[in-house]
Amino acid sequence: MASTAIHDTAVLTHHDHGHEHGHHKETFITKYIFSQDHKMIAKQFLITGIIMAVIAMFLSVLFRLQLGWPDKNFPILETFLGKWAEGGRIRPDFYLALVTIHGTMMVFFVLTAGLSGTFSNLLIPLQLGARDMASPFLNMLSYWFFFTACMIMMGSFFVQTGPASAGWTIYPPLSAIPKAIPGSGLGMTLWLISMILFVASSLMGALNYISTVLNMRTKGMDMWRMPLTIWAFFLTAILGVLSFPVLVSGVVLLIFDRSFGTSFYLSDIVVQGEVLPNQGGSPILWQHLFWFLGHPEVYIVIMPALGITSEVIATNSRKPIFGYHAMVYSLIGITILSFIVWGHHMFITGMNPFLGGVFMITTLIIAVPSAVKTFNYLATLWRGNIRFTPAMLFAIGLVSFFISGGLTGIFLGNAALDINLHDTYFVVAHFHLVMGSAAIFGMLCGVYHWFPKMFGRLMDEKLGYLHFWLTFIGAYLVFFPMHFMGLDGVPRRYYAFTEFEFMKEWLTVNTFISWAAIISALAQVAFLWNFFYSIFYGKKSSQNPWESNTMEWTAPVEHLHGNWPGEIPTVYRWPYDYSKPGHDDDFIPQTVPFSQTMSSNLPHDFEGNAESERIQQEWDSKYAADKVEQGIN
Amino acid sequence: MRLKKYLNIRWIASIMVMCALLVNAIPLSAQLADTSSTTASSSAGVNEGAADSSALKSASSEPLISTVVDTAASAKLIADFKPEKDFGPLYKSASYYVLLFFLVCVFIAIIGKVLRVYELSGELQGKKTKSYWQNVQGILFIVVLIAGLYGVYWSYTVQGAMSMTIAASEHGEKIDTMFYVTLVITTIVFILTHILLFGFSFKYRGSDTRKAYFYPHNNAVERLWTIIPAITLTVLVVFGFITWRSITNVPKEEQDKALKVEVVGEQFKWNIRYSGTDNIIGKRNFTLITPTNGLGIDYKDPKSWDDKLAGEIVLPVNKPVRVAVGSKDILHSFYIPDFRVQINAVPGMPTSFQFTPKYTTQQMRDKLNDPTFNYLLLCAKICGAGHYNMQAKVTVLSEDEYKAWEAKLPLFYNDDVKKQLQVAQQKMSSENNKVTLITKNNR
Ligand code: HEM
Ligand SMILES: [Cu+2]
Ligand SMILES: [Cu+2]
Repeated sequence: MASTAIHDTAVLTHHDHGHEHGHHKETFITKYIFSQDHKMIAKQFLITGIIMAVIAMFLSVLFRLQLGWPDKNFPILETFLGKWAEGGRIRPDFYLALVTIHGTMMVFFVLTAGLSGTFSNLLIPLQLGARDMASPFLNMLSYWFFFTACMIMMGSFFVQTGPASAGWTIYPPLSAIPKAIPGSGLGMTLWLISMILFVASSLMGALNYISTVLNMRTKGMDMWRMPLTIWAFFLTAILGVLSFPVLVSGVVLLIFDRSFGTSFYLSDIVVQGEVLPNQGGSPILWQHLFWFLGHPEVYIVIMPALGITSEVIATNSRKPIFGYHAMVYSLIGITILSFIVWGHHMFITGMNPFLGGVFMITTLIIAVPSAVKTFNYLATLWRGNIRFTPAMLFAIGLVSFFISGGLTGIFLGNAALDINLHDTYFVVAHFHLVMGSAAIFGMLCGVYHWFPKMFGRLMDEKLGYLHFWLTFIGAYLVFFPMHFMGLDGVPRRYYAFTEFEFMKEWLTVNTFISWAAIISALAQVAFLWNFFYSIFYGKKSSQNPWESNTMEWTAPVEHLHGNWPGEIPTVYRWPYDYSKPGHDDDFIPQTVPFSQTMSSNLPHDFEGNAESERIQQEWDSKYAADKVEQGIN
Repeated sequence: MRLKKYLNIRWIASIMVMCALLVNAIPLSAQLADTSSTTASSSAGVNEGAADSSALKSASSEPLISTVVDTAASAKLIADFKPEKDFGPLYKSASYYVLLFFLVCVFIAIIGKVLRVYELSGELQGKKTKSYWQNVQGILFIVVLIAGLYGVYWSYTVQGAMSMTIAASEHGEKIDTMFYVTLVITTIVFILTHILLFGFSFKYRGSDTRKAYFYPHNNAVERLWTIIPAITLTVLVVFGFITWRSITNVPKEEQDKALKVEVVGEQFKWNIRYSGTDNIIGKRNFTLITPTNGLGIDYKDPKSWDDKLAGEIVLPVNKPVRVAVGSKDILHSFYIPDFRVQINAVPGMPTSFQFTPKYTTQQMRDKLNDPTFNYLLLCAKICGAGHYNMQAKVTVLSEDEYKAWEAKLPLFYNDDVKKQLQVAQQKMSSENNKVTLITKNNR
């Protein structure tokens, strides 16, 4: 498992302050609202994320109605959308607003805050053996900034000109000029403000995660004994810290262009007969700044999901994760490489084609660590003893989506092929498989797996099964056909496919996709019911319901401020000693010392510590002798 | 959890169900009566809107050579926007669907309860139901694997056939070869990994009698499956890089030889300009844009004097064309799927794409056995409400036909225009000054 012991910086923080905290009188406000406890903050992130996901999903159903039945009216829509759906039909510019807000919410609020925010907060202290985050106060602020960002984004539905509608990538000049589209008025201003708050929130979160991981590990928890979840959260946080500020700089320049007459992104523009004075800017600059964040962002979204899956697959296959070191190195590889591939979103912007070629090389390199991870998952399943908890099903689903989406990425990463695929439904299919499906499955997987840790109760398994199969099949039915539309040259962000002759053959396919989408959306009711019902009425959970090795399951079910009563347990081994030969149980928690598992210790467990090896050898020979004796008697 | 007292889920849920049922039953009749009035007003509104937009459209396209395509399109816009009159059945069906969903939920709840009872009674008799459900999941994985593989086969053949168009340009064929190579490799990987993934899930589904095989790593295997993808990807990258360079890195003399056409996007149409006898497109300057000179062509540049505006793109077959792409307002994307051509239209930054059409429109019609086929230029970059309908017809003719067509295009820079331009420019420039002054003051 491990490189030579890494310094126990964590030891210093282990004074016993868990007890003091227990005596504080907590009010409703400090416990549920402005809580500084990482577990409560995790729950806040999770529930806000779920609500945002439901809203964003609802928006997607609205625009799927339009795409599936472009010539039908849905008078109900007019009832609650008013002028945006006059006559029961969504207006083209409002359609774009729906797509924009759907994308923004899903990518940033659900899959960044809802995923990293929830599980980093919950698991980093618990799996590393810390009492709380490095800065609980900053942690609380992080949530409230996020909450405010959500509210502002939602608020943009209530302004006269509607929400931002330039796509989730808000490319200027469209996003800079209110005359070009109504959503670029106040709606866009709100989008930008919301995004700045959101970035502030993620930065506070990420800095906290990094410092907690680096400084607050319990005794014995060196870096190479951290579960893969923690590695993933840690590297994700590093990605976020390095890339999110670039988005802010881009956003600030855009605000300047919009409100103060600068020309960072604008040049040579005549909108509806009005010659704008701006000169010398470049819309391409925005794309560089945006995608410098944007590509790391997609890995910010998928890496925690992969981390969660690693943990869940190992636990439920009752096997060590295959190639722990390779898994960590691929995560590190992905982290580094994801900073030098952003140009693959810009192959055909008119950027120097040679540069495009270079980005194509780096992009296809990043597929290698992704492939390694996939194969390692498969090898972990091989000869396992698989327990199909709902979490495990979602983890397997994630692997499937990650394979499919990763493979279509290979098409898109090839600049020559991207000429014909860029901005078509092929791209939509690609990123919904990797992000809309794989990462969401990672999140659901985490929710099912750590629900007992969060709420002390179990979710219903059978509803979980139903939820999984409907969603898994539904997602493929929705996104698989989109590849073919894209190959035929159907562009994305089209309000209707009725205006081009060659797109008409896809109308029935779109109706089918819409039905599949609606059914998958309804299947989420099974989850929502299960989740909220089980919080209050679920079966009480035992302390370690999945018989898992990681440290969070050594903490009592009842939530304590400070996580462990008394001293924090010490860690003696890596987190993946499942089904170790010679041991009775098929799991050995990280907190069990080798001295208690003499029958199952392996030579390399001691990392070259001569004294331990000698003791083990002595024990082994004695044990062998005993056996022989018994045999004789 | 003190909250529990206040949030009794059973109560809330049953109230919600009741409300939903009521909502379904009562307002139905009311809304049915209502619809006739809403229809009338809303259809009027929409029609007005449509009329407005068509007026706008023809106004803005007037100074250019107006084409049949244009007016036809706007007529179609109106026709398409007519809302259906009868909303009644729709309301009815919507409420049926809601009701249906509730029934399904109730059904699932009942099944859940039955299963619970069954399990409890089983447990009393000492049977284990846990492993039963494990087996069900395992088997479902195999079922889904088989159904999924068939589904993939079906969509490759049916939908794949729908999406595979003939590449109608020279480089397009290279792209397609590249595509097929990638498709074969990825499909193999896709199928193999899924067989393993779902197969393992089935084969190694849990049992109490077995223990998993402790197998933490195997460096040789890991090295193998790092190197194999790396090699495969290297091959694809090299192949792709060469193809990409051959498409985008056109030598200077080839560029000069190509026919020059300029296509400028604006919300929501394409403006097309031919370079005339000198095969050089005259300069353009956005500050010169007026209603008469929609592109802002700079007539101080003599190269622009022979330029011609057209309502559609017409190209000679088997001759390289270099399209200079630009934008008047915001980003657009010049995309002709049949030619495998796409390049963004960026305001303030000219871009270009060089390609060679291989088949005339007529040849394509024969090949496809579709007498109505046309090449189409679309916009692939989100650009506003009309993005989904920003098109232009592209016609490929034989060289002679093309020459005849091109010769018939009138020069834009004729005496009439010269006069108009002078007048307009004077007026516009003074107005523009005013406008900029005002906006400046406002800021
Ligand atoms: C095997 C690795 C991958 C490769 C080679 C790859 C490649 C690409 C390429 C080249 C594009 C640009 C396509 C275009 O706009 O024309 C793209 C788009 C995208 N990818 Fe990936 N990708 C990979 C994995 C992922 C993962 C893991 C995620 C997220 C979890 C992701 C999310 C996205 C998103 C969101 C977009 C679309 C952005 C937009 O234009 O709205 N990709 N990918
Ligand atoms: Cu990317
Ligand atoms: Cu467009």
